[in-house]
Amino acid sequence: MVQFTLPKNSKVKKGKAWNPPPEGTEEGRWREYRIYRFDPEVGENPRVDTYWVDMGDCGPMVLDALIWIKNTIDPTLTFRRSCREGVCGSCSMNIGGTNTLACTLHADDAPEKVAIYPLPHLPVIKDLVPDLTHFYAQLRSIDPWLKTDSPTPPTEWRQSREERQKLDGLYECILCACCSTACPSYWWNSDRYLGPAILLQAERWVQDSRDERTGERLDELEDPFRLYRCHTILNCTKACPKGLNPAKAIASLKRQMLERGE
Amino acid sequence: MLQDATPQDTTPDQAPRVNGRAYPIIDHAYDVVVVGAGGAGLRAVVGCTEAGLKTACITKVFPTRSHTVAAQGGIAAALGNMGPDDWRWHMYDTVKGSDWLGDQDAIEYLCRNAPQAVYELEHWGVPFSRTDEGNILQRAFGGMTTHFGKGQAMRTCAAADRTGHAMLHTMYGQALRHSAEFFIEYFAIDLIMDEEGRCRGVVALSMQDGTLHRFRAHEVILATGGYGRAYFSCTSAHICTGDGNAMVLRAGLPLQDMEFVQFHPTGVYGAGVLITEGARGEGGFLTNSEGERFMERYAPHAKDLASRDVVSRAMTIEIREGRGTGAAKEHLYLHLSHLDPVMLAERLPGITDLARIFAGVDLTREPIPVLPTAHYNMGGIPTNMHGEVVCPKNGDPDAVVPGLFAVGEAACASVHGANRLGSNSLVDLVVFGRAAALRCAEIISQDSGVSELPKGAGEAALARLDHFRYAQGGTPTAALRLRMQKTMQRDCSVFRTAEVLKEGVQKIHAVWEEIQDISVSDRSLIWNTDLIETLEFDNLIAQAAVTVAGALAREESRGAHAREDFPKRDDVDWMKHTIAWADYAKREVRLDYRPVHSFTLSNEIAYIEPKERVY
Repeated sequence: MVQFTLPKNSKVKKGKAWNPPPEGTEEGRWREYRIYRFDPEVGENPRVDTYWVDMGDCGPMVLDALIWIKNTIDPTLTFRRSCREGVCGSCSMNIGGTNTLACTLHADDAPEKVAIYPLPHLPVIKDLVPDLTHFYAQLRSIDPWLKTDSPTPPTEWRQSREERQKLDGLYECILCACCSTACPSYWWNSDRYLGPAILLQAERWVQDSRDERTGERLDELEDPFRLYRCHTILNCTKACPKGLNPAKAIASLKRQMLERGE
Repeated sequence: MLQDATPQDTTPDQAPRVNGRAYPIIDHAYDVVVVGAGGAGLRAVVGCTEAGLKTACITKVFPTRSHTVAAQGGIAAALGNMGPDDWRWHMYDTVKGSDWLGDQDAIEYLCRNAPQAVYELEHWGVPFSRTDEGNILQRAFGGMTTHFGKGQAMRTCAAADRTGHAMLHTMYGQALRHSAEFFIEYFAIDLIMDEEGRCRGVVALSMQDGTLHRFRAHEVILATGGYGRAYFSCTSAHICTGDGNAMVLRAGLPLQDMEFVQFHPTGVYGAGVLITEGARGEGGFLTNSEGERFMERYAPHAKDLASRDVVSRAMTIEIREGRGTGAAKEHLYLHLSHLDPVMLAERLPGITDLARIFAGVDLTREPIPVLPTAHYNMGGIPTNMHGEVVCPKNGDPDAVVPGLFAVGEAACASVHGANRLGSNSLVDLVVFGRAAALRCAEIISQDSGVSELPKGAGEAALARLDHFRYAQGGTPTAALRLRMQKTMQRDCSVFRTAEVLKEGVQKIHAVWEEIQDISVSDRSLIWNTDLIETLEFDNLIAQAAVTVAGALAREESRGAHAREDFPKRDDVDWMKHTIAWADYAKREVRLDYRPVHSFTLSNEIAYIEPKERVY
């Protein structure tokens, strides 16, 4: 049996305890956060630092806690954030073992002494900021734009309400990468497997009644790796913070492959 | 076309030095550099690449994380899918909404081109909601009427309540299709201006690897959005810090009409996240603690669909007079529970989620607690209707600043004047993003290379970076930022008086002075968000200063600027744009004014004369 160990410089060390709560404060007022830290400029191994957040002085979401720590305890703590309402997909991270958005997760719904790590199986740039370059390149690879051959009408393309409804559950994806980085198959084969987020996007264009290159799009996915590395583990659907179902989208792509083969 | 477009490293001994530290710079040359990748920036990028211009897009966040993604209700265009409509009616509404501070040539350009802009988006693949006939669904929005104010228009094209998201993702796809070059997670530090006052490029920091980049270009297009984060409670994303606006101020150019800040009537109480005006467009209404639909008193005709400034003032009065809802009587209720749940699920799914997550409310059963919340900046970088930046010079109030464009919320064309109508922002992005690209294609000579930069170009930007990177004062950025935000929230809000604004001016300047004592803890260059937030705060505070100064000076009430001590609009003395300069070294603001355009673009519509604005 092959034994894998992490490279030396990847081993996570115990870090610093920053601000233990003052003695005699009321029960439950301070929440403990254990946060992954990595600074690319110092050449040290990653570590996990411990912070305590005063819930009486902080907003309700996990993102509020991270911002509270950055504002009041440690300005060097680094994470992405933007819209703070679950539509931009910036603050995706692994919170208590689950990939999700920090901005829509209530601190009360996270485990006690919650551990926060960057999205798994991506190169880490700094602290909670992973490198998504490859993920974005994969998005580019599926040609995420409408392709038509018919002459463009002077006004809109007609699309019935039923046809438009087929895009529901697909177009809402915010590209947070929670699903793809929760997928064990993507962990192993992300070099060639497109992963659930990108396949959901592929299905979005395949399902669009206005698009006239469905066959070409399916051809591009007809490959042992790009599509068929999905082993219906369904971590993707479980992880999606927007309640989408990438596994169903992948199943639909596989079914269309079968149907056109008949 | 370009002779020299490959990045070149400056050798270390040539690297500019700041305070004894070398900052090697990577040089790039492009026809056009677009700063920002929201709706306006991406539309400009697509237009420029389509025209064959070598185009770079610098953005501090991945394009689909830009704040356009949060726009919900829709994009206005007189398509007439739901009944008769006419771009002239749209224009009338926009002029009236602007309280006659908008430039009517630019407004005509916007409204005439709006339908084509929406069809273009549809052809690119935006998943618009549909009518039974398979056309783009349009919904009612505040201030949008038919027949010059007579009926309620259905003009706002929607992709459920995720229109901005649908547009932004689709436009990013189009940019990919055209193989536009993106510099993602690059933070623009400053413009490069030459001695003749021409913009020559921009200096940016790559957050990913800490390298510095100098982009020289024929034209720079700023699409950097608004500065909502100058306020404590806003619907804006954390990234909305008006970086382009501040770069313009530091370049010695003015900003326009900055005192006009829109408060959206329905931000979720506490969290500040937006609930679209489309909620009222689909039949939602507001009540006070007495259960009264109070908007009927303030706007008997339009009621809950009056213009945003009108509704926000009414709500503020209700709360002030003790008729707020909730235990502390601090908010009002937005009701949607009487509406068909099937319709809510189809047309307003996003706000259903937002209400559940951020207010703990099931909106099919309970009302949402809401409050007017800082939302949009009508003011910004003054431009003409091509997006070219203007600055009064030698008696010409419309003199163009060569080499520089501004589009989107960063710009002030001015199509929104003193108050923007809901769903006019998304259409502004694409119409003027396109206009700027067309203009660039027109003026950039296809056979000339990008000229070399003057010696020492960009060194001021590096000095600014280095200054804050090593700032060792006693006050963390977050503390100063909070003081600024609280001051703006309290002293430059929905209602204003000279007394409160004077206090605001004084307090904002006190915070600005204290920036000399700012402390930054992180000295690194890779993903140093402590440093980035400090640069952003430095950007915000100057914008806050010009905002309060302009508000104090403007002794009238117009649109979103409501002075209790000057409750009437004053067209004799104040039918003019405020323009404000900020001296960063002395931390001083200087105000001047330029005329509002009192003409339209064509003979197809006459100048709409000012009259009393009632809804």
